[in-house]
Amino acid sequence: MRIIPKKVEGIKFGLLSPEMIRKMSEVKIVTADTYDEDGYPIEGGLMDPRLGVVDPGLRCKTCGSRVGDCPGHFGRIELARPVIHVGYAKLINKILRSICRACGRILLPEEKIEAYRQELRRAKRIGKSEEPIVEDLFKAARVVKKCPHCGEEQLDIKFEKPTTFIEDKQRLSPIDVRERLERITDTDAEVMGFDVAVARPEWMVLTVLPVPPVTVRPSITLESGERSEDDLTHKLVDIIRINQRLEENIEAGAPQLIIEDLWELLQYHVTTYFNNEVAGVPPARHRSGRPLKTLAQRLKGKEGRFRSNLSGKRVNYSARTVISPDPNLSINEVGVPELIARELTIPVIVTPMNIEHVKKFVRNGPRKYPGANYVERPDGARLSLARVKNIDELLEKLEPGWKVHRHLIDGDIVLFNRQPSLHRMSIMAHEVRVLPYKTFRLNLCVCPPYNADFDGDEMNLHAIQGQEARAEARVLMRVQEQILSPRFGGPIIGGIHDHISGAYLFTQPGVRFTREQAFHLLYASGIAKPLPEPAYVEDGREYYTGKQIFSLLLPEDLDLTYRAKVCRKCEVCKEEACEYDAYVVIRNGRLEKGVMDEKSFGAFAGELLDRIVKDYGTDKAREFLDSVTKLVINFITWRGFSTGIDDEDLPREARERIAEILEEADRKVMELIRAYNENILEQLPGRTLEETLEMRIMQVLSEARDKTGEIANEYLEREERRRKHENSARIMAVSGARGSLLNLTQMAACVGQQAVRGERIKRGYSGRTLPHFKVGDISASAKGFVRSSYKQGLSPLEFFFHNMGGREGLVDTAVRTSQSGYMQRRLINALQDLKVEYDSTVRDTRGVIVEFRHGEDGADPSRTDWGQMVNVKKIVQRYARKEAA
Amino acid sequence: MRLRKVVRLRRVDISKHELVPKHEVLSEEEARRLLEELNISRGQLPKILKNDPMVQKIKAKVGDIIKITRKSKTAGESVYYRVVVGE
Ligand SMILES: [Mg+2]
Ligand SMILES: [Zn+2]
Ligand SMILES: [Zn+2]
Ligand SMILES: [Zn+2]
Repeated sequence: MRIIPKKVEGIKFGLLSPEMIRKMSEVKIVTADTYDEDGYPIEGGLMDPRLGVVDPGLRCKTCGSRVGDCPGHFGRIELARPVIHVGYAKLINKILRSICRACGRILLPEEKIEAYRQELRRAKRIGKSEEPIVEDLFKAARVVKKCPHCGEEQLDIKFEKPTTFIEDKQRLSPIDVRERLERITDTDAEVMGFDVAVARPEWMVLTVLPVPPVTVRPSITLESGERSEDDLTHKLVDIIRINQRLEENIEAGAPQLIIEDLWELLQYHVTTYFNNEVAGVPPARHRSGRPLKTLAQRLKGKEGRFRSNLSGKRVNYSARTVISPDPNLSINEVGVPELIARELTIPVIVTPMNIEHVKKFVRNGPRKYPGANYVERPDGARLSLARVKNIDELLEKLEPGWKVHRHLIDGDIVLFNRQPSLHRMSIMAHEVRVLPYKTFRLNLCVCPPYNADFDGDEMNLHAIQGQEARAEARVLMRVQEQILSPRFGGPIIGGIHDHISGAYLFTQPGVRFTREQAFHLLYASGIAKPLPEPAYVEDGREYYTGKQIFSLLLPEDLDLTYRAKVCRKCEVCKEEACEYDAYVVIRNGRLEKGVMDEKSFGAFAGELLDRIVKDYGTDKAREFLDSVTKLVINFITWRGFSTGIDDEDLPREARERIAEILEEADRKVMELIRAYNENILEQLPGRTLEETLEMRIMQVLSEARDKTGEIANEYLEREERRRKHENSARIMAVSGARGSLLNLTQMAACVGQQAVRGERIKRGYSGRTLPHFKVGDISASAKGFVRSSYKQGLSPLEFFFHNMGGREGLVDTAVRTSQSGYMQRRLINALQDLKVEYDSTVRDTRGVIVEFRHGEDGADPSRTDWGQMVNVKKIVQRYARKEAA
Repeated sequence: MRLRKVVRLRRVDISKHELVPKHEVLSEEEARRLLEELNISRGQLPKILKNDPMVQKIKAKVGDIIKITRKSKTAGESVYYRVVVGE
């Protein structure tokens, strides 16, 4: 196919003139009946054969083409009386109020009109919006009481939604409206924003109604043989019926009242034909009571033509189901239920080399896995294997050039996606592993980029159909190629939760394994490397440390030092002598010092993982993650790890100290309030005295809460040592596996200040938050300070305040997601066609340059060191070590 | 009658302002080379209005290409080009 490049210069919108409607119409529709008794369409009816064909086999009466080639043809209804087009009623109102009721001129002096004309012309030239100028004109003309052209006194015009205009208590009929609009001169119309060549104002009042082709409103035949018509056809039938009655009554000289009633009814039907959701108009309903879907409803909203058929499309070769975790899969893999593997197919072209192999699939057919669902002949005709009776006969005919649509098998590349697809890592390419049961399964390390969890999340899978697409997906979209995030230049795929706490426990000093245990762990994690010399021998038994075993996962020449997540940020770091084992030292691929935690291979933070991807490549990184997952999960499963409410138990002494601190804070707050009342409170710069007081109180209370947290942590740790039993909750928080020290503080010590809009709670009754307090009480407890811990439980008042803060959080997230979703759509619309060219410029499809070097520095952030082009310190460190060796 | 307070603003050299990057007009030869290098026509360059204060300050005419050298967070210094357009 030859592509003829064409540029869209512009799009022009206009109104259909009555002449235009008549010209484009093939038939004048005169009767409301659609089919005769024999089921043939009636000429001059809504299904007139000249309106196009929908039945296969028939030819169009107008153009002679068959279904598919005939585009359909318009008809028309000649309205007995004109009606207002609802979509333009608002504009008609503005115009009626801006023009003279007698001469039809704009109610402004000639010079003013000319000034607006100039301004409009200027706006058009520089591509500025004309709308505000025209709006300004309407606003200026509306208030004029006397026509500056003919001197006519102007009456007030009221607009009654949706289509009625009332001038000084006198109703204006559409005929009157149309007459007034007709009187507007072309030049005046232009100043009101009309391009009169394609849109005269009076065309907003309909005298002829176009009837869309039958292809737009096909009727469907139900199983019972009954015909069911499209909603639009129903609506058009209504219009024709009323139109006919109106015409007959006019001809018969019926009383004005009856004619007006029918006219009003015609207006109603035409209005709902355009839009069945107009405010103030009862929607037209189907016999069943369902509101009809008319023109506007077809286009509007999420289910409308734009969002559901043009911006988004449904696809074949895709599947969706619930996801669940499987640490035994590689990060590159996805577990696919056999049920789905039998439904999704991949086309394989038959060649002399693969014909025997492919015949096996065909022989298995659609039911037996691995089989095939279709074969495709070289002419493109598809034969469903479910319907083929004699498979052997088909196999005889199968030869090179045919295509076999075989089931998904292990190793196939597919795309895997979780909504909302906010970044490119929301769709990644995985290798198929066909598994039993009914869920998709994935390695836990890929949860962060998809933002997935397993509380019922569902994901989509797409079987790739073409060779190029498959190659691209494999090279560019494979999970291992996405470990580094283009957002911050560090790993976005990595360990979470039990991976982290598992590794932390595994690499603790003092953790040891017998030879047998060590082999078990290595076998489970799929590492085929010899064990090093045992760390020590006790009672004739050889022992290996966790660090030794972990070292087997590391590249052999890796050198790296960094501070772990558990680092206390001491004033002077003792480095390798750190008593918390927080200084990680890896030499020649051996983990000599330090524990593994979030900073080693956690998603978003992993230093070690980061170094492995950047220095050893994505293959090594994938191997590392796969084996770490298995090793650590096996270890923690075997060892056991659990948390309970007793993790927040504090000894009496700690509870007393916490109570003391809170008491002290209360005293300090009262002190501040007293100082304020005695006017000796020192005012902070740029703040009122009241603001100063609030800020000081907030500060005192938050310091108190933090102090209780410190105490809680201190005692939890002390208890841990005393009872020689780890505190799981604390371990999770410290290692970065889950939760934070703040969470612990709130559970064990004190929940702290509740806030609404960043302030202490102040709403409620006048001068107080609840009737339990005195008016003007601004002490800690009266303004939402929660003294209790979650474990102790909250008092009723505390509970109420906590709810206020919590509710704000919920509302905020709801608002934020909708707002950020909208922003995302706008951004994507603006940026979707931009491309980085080979000369590193960023250009749009017209070749217009947006950036001369992408990101100004031409860097790919995922190839940088956490966003930094060079990290001098790291390079020096590395070479210093090489020098030393 | 109310007296109107007259405020006389000192004429400020905007090009000296910290936030205004360096603007220079490219010579004909430089402009030709730039367009050739990028393999584009003038219309495919980003635009700048002729009544932009800096454009007026350096007395650039419609059709001139302006080289803008800015401080950049990522690259230290970055260069941008814009063609002067009428409204
Ligand atoms: Mg979920
Ligand atoms: Zn046709
Ligand atoms: Zn007049
Ligand atoms: Zn330290």
